[in-house]
Amino acid sequence: MGMTITEKIIAAHCGAQSVCPGQYVLAECDLMMGHDVTAPPAIKVFEQIGRPRVSDPDRLVLVNDHFVPNRDVASAEQAKAMREFAAAQGVKKYFEVGRSGVCHVLLPEKGLVAPGDLVIGADSHTCTYGALGAFSTGVGSTDLAAAWATGKMWMKVPPTIRFEYSGKMPEWVYGKDLILETIGRIGVEGARYKAMEFCGETVKDLTIYDRFTMANMAIEAGGKNGIFEPDEKVREFLAGRGGREGAYLASDPDAGYESTVRVDVSDLQPVVACPSLPENTKPVSELSGVEIDQVVIGSCTNGWLDDLRLAARVLKGKKAAPRVRLIIIPATQGIWKAAMKEGLFDIFADAGAAVSTPTCGPCLGGHMGILAAGEVAVSTTNRNFVGRMGHPQSQVYLANPAVAAASAIAGRIAHPANA
Amino acid sequence: MTRRRFVQSASKGSTAMNASAAIKGNAWVFGDHVDTDVIIPATYLVTSDPAQLALHCMEGAGPGFIDKISPGDIIVAGENFGCGSSREHAPIAIKGAGISCVLADSFARIFFRNAVNIGLPVFEVAGIGKGVADGDSLEILPDSRKVRNLTKGAEFDYEPYPDFLNEIISAGGLIQWVRKKG
Repeated sequence: MGMTITEKIIAAHCGAQSVCPGQYVLAECDLMMGHDVTAPPAIKVFEQIGRPRVSDPDRLVLVNDHFVPNRDVASAEQAKAMREFAAAQGVKKYFEVGRSGVCHVLLPEKGLVAPGDLVIGADSHTCTYGALGAFSTGVGSTDLAAAWATGKMWMKVPPTIRFEYSGKMPEWVYGKDLILETIGRIGVEGARYKAMEFCGETVKDLTIYDRFTMANMAIEAGGKNGIFEPDEKVREFLAGRGGREGAYLASDPDAGYESTVRVDVSDLQPVVACPSLPENTKPVSELSGVEIDQVVIGSCTNGWLDDLRLAARVLKGKKAAPRVRLIIIPATQGIWKAAMKEGLFDIFADAGAAVSTPTCGPCLGGHMGILAAGEVAVSTTNRNFVGRMGHPQSQVYLANPAVAAASAIAGRIAHPANA
Repeated sequence: MTRRRFVQSASKGSTAMNASAAIKGNAWVFGDHVDTDVIIPATYLVTSDPAQLALHCMEGAGPGFIDKISPGDIIVAGENFGCGSSREHAPIAIKGAGISCVLADSFARIFFRNAVNIGLPVFEVAGIGKGVADGDSLEILPDSRKVRNLTKGAEFDYEPYPDFLNEIISAGGLIQWVRKKG
């Protein structure tokens, strides 16, 4: 029997001709990422391991993104610990405030991930890089520290679920809507421990940014990784970024899948995930009565320049409703600068938005837009758990950037066609 | 139930899960899809000190969990316990609070790895989420792979860890395993 793309990448990283689901392997890691929340505990663990040096500093990536610019003394101490570790270990892929960004947008932007790579990161949304045809998965800090020491990580080869998308994408429907619709169908544990392979005619036409959004949220269905077959759009995206060539792999025609889920997107309208699980999905038109207090546009899910352009298209010449605080966060310094040059900041400022420096900030209730008790937000982020963006009695609705922008204008959840 | 504060000393490192020792304690029952934001809200992720994190353990499900529990108590949940972020602070907070183990119908994969890696015993036990009520007295018997609900007289079987995990567990966690491998 043939192999899926996930199985091929894992096999190539453990020196095996082939692997099959359920098999335990010790896999070589091409990149091992940590950030200002997860790297500090990993550094402590690394010190306990007792090795003076990491196995290969060039495969480490350390990113300041969660509580930056530092919100308090404790977060500043964590950032300092990571900064000093990077210097002591000779980690060149260390990204400082002002030259950094949300890690899962920053790493692709800097050309650090290549197709066919095996990437681990101490952040659950590490699955994002599957958009480039890499196997990438989130781990904890101890796993990360052990991988720093050895260059390897043990894992169980996951079975793969094949998601086949068909039909033409309707207007105002994007990658965010496809992945929310998918999670709504299979549930937040529908792909627990499994690989999610996204394919079908619709996927071929998706932008690379739509694919990043979809792979990013594989974890919200419990997935170990989400992956697309890399194609010309990946080549175009990576061109000029100075990265490695990588391996453009594809699943074999006779590869084994645990199951197949088919989604016809033809009649889809923008999808919104209601509190407090990403699986609580509804078409946007069913939620038009929901009044909101805040809108956040950004994050590793939807903080790309394409997402900001989409928001600007809806917001141009309009104003956020008086009751709404509109917070827009370009995901990286590069995107921030490009958005500024394009004049998007003028559109946002005229709409009454607060434009922030890159940070994960409000997505995880860190800072830069925390919700009070009883407040309601529409957010382009990835999680709407209880208390995710602030008080346990606040509520988060997840949506695409166009719906978020239209909702900011309306003061309630709104379809962008009506904005 | 006694209201006693118990917080594990911050200086303690990860300890081995003794694969054959019985565990006994009282249950605190949660539902399906208990996420890591509930286990330890992100705003507290500015430390990895078990004692500090323990103060906010399960805060997303309501305040004061740490004040209600006794050392050795057991967290019981339904499907997909620990879903969401990769924060190792979640099992650290639970272990730091003095919880002896977590029993659930199923675990999210990153949480499961993290728990094993830091030496918090976790057992996947089919039907446990609906078979236990708050305060029930539970006993886990690793040799016979059974969980007994001593209050209700019910019994649950569970699957053992695969050999590969047992190797890490008997080494005392991932750090010790890496040290051993050299």
